[in-house]
Amino acid sequence: MRHHFTARAFLGGFVRQVLVIAATLVVLFPIYFLVVSAFKTQSDYITNLWGLPHSLHLDNFNIALAGGKFFRRFANSTILAVGSVALSSFLACLAAYAFARMKFRGKRFLFNLILSLMVIPPVVMIVPMFVTMVRWQLVNTYQGTILIYTGLLMPFSIYLMTNFFQTIPHEIIEAARMDGCSTLGVFWRIMLPLSGPALVTLVVVNALWVWNELLIALVFLQKDDLKTLMVGISALRSRNYTNIPATMAGLVIATIPIVVVYMFGQRYFIRGMTSGAVK
Amino acid sequence: MRTKKIEPFLFLAPALFVLLVVFGVPIYRLFVLSFQRQSQGKQIFVGLSNYKLIFMDNVFIQAIQHNGTLIICVPIMVVAALLLSILLFERIRGWQFYRTTLFLPYLLPITVVGLVFSYIFQFSGVLNGILNAIGLKFLALDWLGSTHLALPTLMFVIIWKEMGFGVILFLARLMSVDEELYDAAKIDGANWLQLHLNITLPQLSTVIEFFTVISIITMLSWVFNYVYVMTNGGPGNATIVTELYIYLMAFQYNNINLAAAVSVLLLLVTGIFIFLELYLRDRAEVGEALG
Repeated sequence: MRHHFTARAFLGGFVRQVLVIAATLVVLFPIYFLVVSAFKTQSDYITNLWGLPHSLHLDNFNIALAGGKFFRRFANSTILAVGSVALSSFLACLAAYAFARMKFRGKRFLFNLILSLMVIPPVVMIVPMFVTMVRWQLVNTYQGTILIYTGLLMPFSIYLMTNFFQTIPHEIIEAARMDGCSTLGVFWRIMLPLSGPALVTLVVVNALWVWNELLIALVFLQKDDLKTLMVGISALRSRNYTNIPATMAGLVIATIPIVVVYMFGQRYFIRGMTSGAVK
Repeated sequence: MRTKKIEPFLFLAPALFVLLVVFGVPIYRLFVLSFQRQSQGKQIFVGLSNYKLIFMDNVFIQAIQHNGTLIICVPIMVVAALLLSILLFERIRGWQFYRTTLFLPYLLPITVVGLVFSYIFQFSGVLNGILNAIGLKFLALDWLGSTHLALPTLMFVIIWKEMGFGVILFLARLMSVDEELYDAAKIDGANWLQLHLNITLPQLSTVIEFFTVISIITMLSWVFNYVYVMTNGGPGNATIVTELYIYLMAFQYNNINLAAAVSVLLLLVTGIFIFLELYLRDRAEVGEALG
């Protein structure tokens, strides 16, 4: 009886391990394929599709970076990410402060309304936005795209920061008030300095979102020297570009910032993703 | 006294202004455009005729059918994420490594993922190379190039990318379940299946509902990147989806009014799920489950 039981437990443990390992292999294989292909010569890639490269061929990275186009797109993506994350974080903090710490009529309704905007797909607004941006002459400008990104990031940012501000004890604010701090003073000197972890979460999640965004960048930044990294990458397939290893090298470089940000902010990132489920 | 009343709105004003420009005005203009038609350089009112026109377009019908098919991904993702999160929760050896790994795809840009998979699924690509090598030549198919297979292949990639979010979400909730519930059930002699049917499922029901609704919204209106990068709607119209239809209608065929009509419909359908999601978010208290 006892023997029977342990054998079953062993088998159960084995089956579980196999299931998880299988899922992990499916997840890792494309990533493995991406990285090894980036280091192969073209002939090595064709004859040796899934093995390790015969020698580390670094030339692909030179080809991917050649002509400076890659740097240009890298810089464009960075400008958009920095601009829209900075602007949206600042505006969202101001609004979140009002939601978390002030009384006014219609607060609950307004907050829910903003929350509901979080899952509205941008594709729905793209036609009227384009018409407006053309009229305002903001198509093919950083400013126009940063404005759109800022708006799209706002609902999640307000939601996250409001939740965080609500956890800051009333007593601290009251004490600052007693010392003669104005509302703006409380915001600058108490709320923001105490919000470090929440702000890191916000910046990490939002920066990755902007970095990975494709549709808006595709529509609103069509001029070649304004194109973002993701738009440049998406064009590689349709151009019948046959140097796959060089393409893979480009993809690796485009992914490195994400891996770095993730490694620094993994805790914050998972917390942010699961609390707001931003898309 | 007066300043006290307007103070909240001074803090809210900049954010509200941006939201109005990016959401408010476009959504209003969207409805207006959907009832209009371009005529001699002017927009004239045409009632519901744009809506009638799009339902006569076969490509549009195909697009919504494909979005409907994509919803099949949702139950697959829920069940698989549930199973994996339970296995990790039971502290399978190396569970922390598996947790990080399974979440990895969710992080990568869809553009990069899509391109890598389109090379993997090429007819002369690595998947068919492996299938040939292990003697399964009959399974080496044109995954993205055939009209029957392109959509299921796309679905696989979507599941590959989006499932990790479910695993993390479920696992986070499981971690906060009172362990005593499990201990008590084990003393009563419950087996593995009973344990999870009677305890895990009821405890997770709110996050499962939340993940289900979020995923349905994804399948209806957040798959543009996958399709654009991997198939661009092809072969033929085998993988056209509503978002791509809007994009092509507006920027390739320059018919912003038809594109607006489709957008309105997509907004309304998504809207139903958005309200469901809001309601469930309140109930699931996703943020608090994570502490």
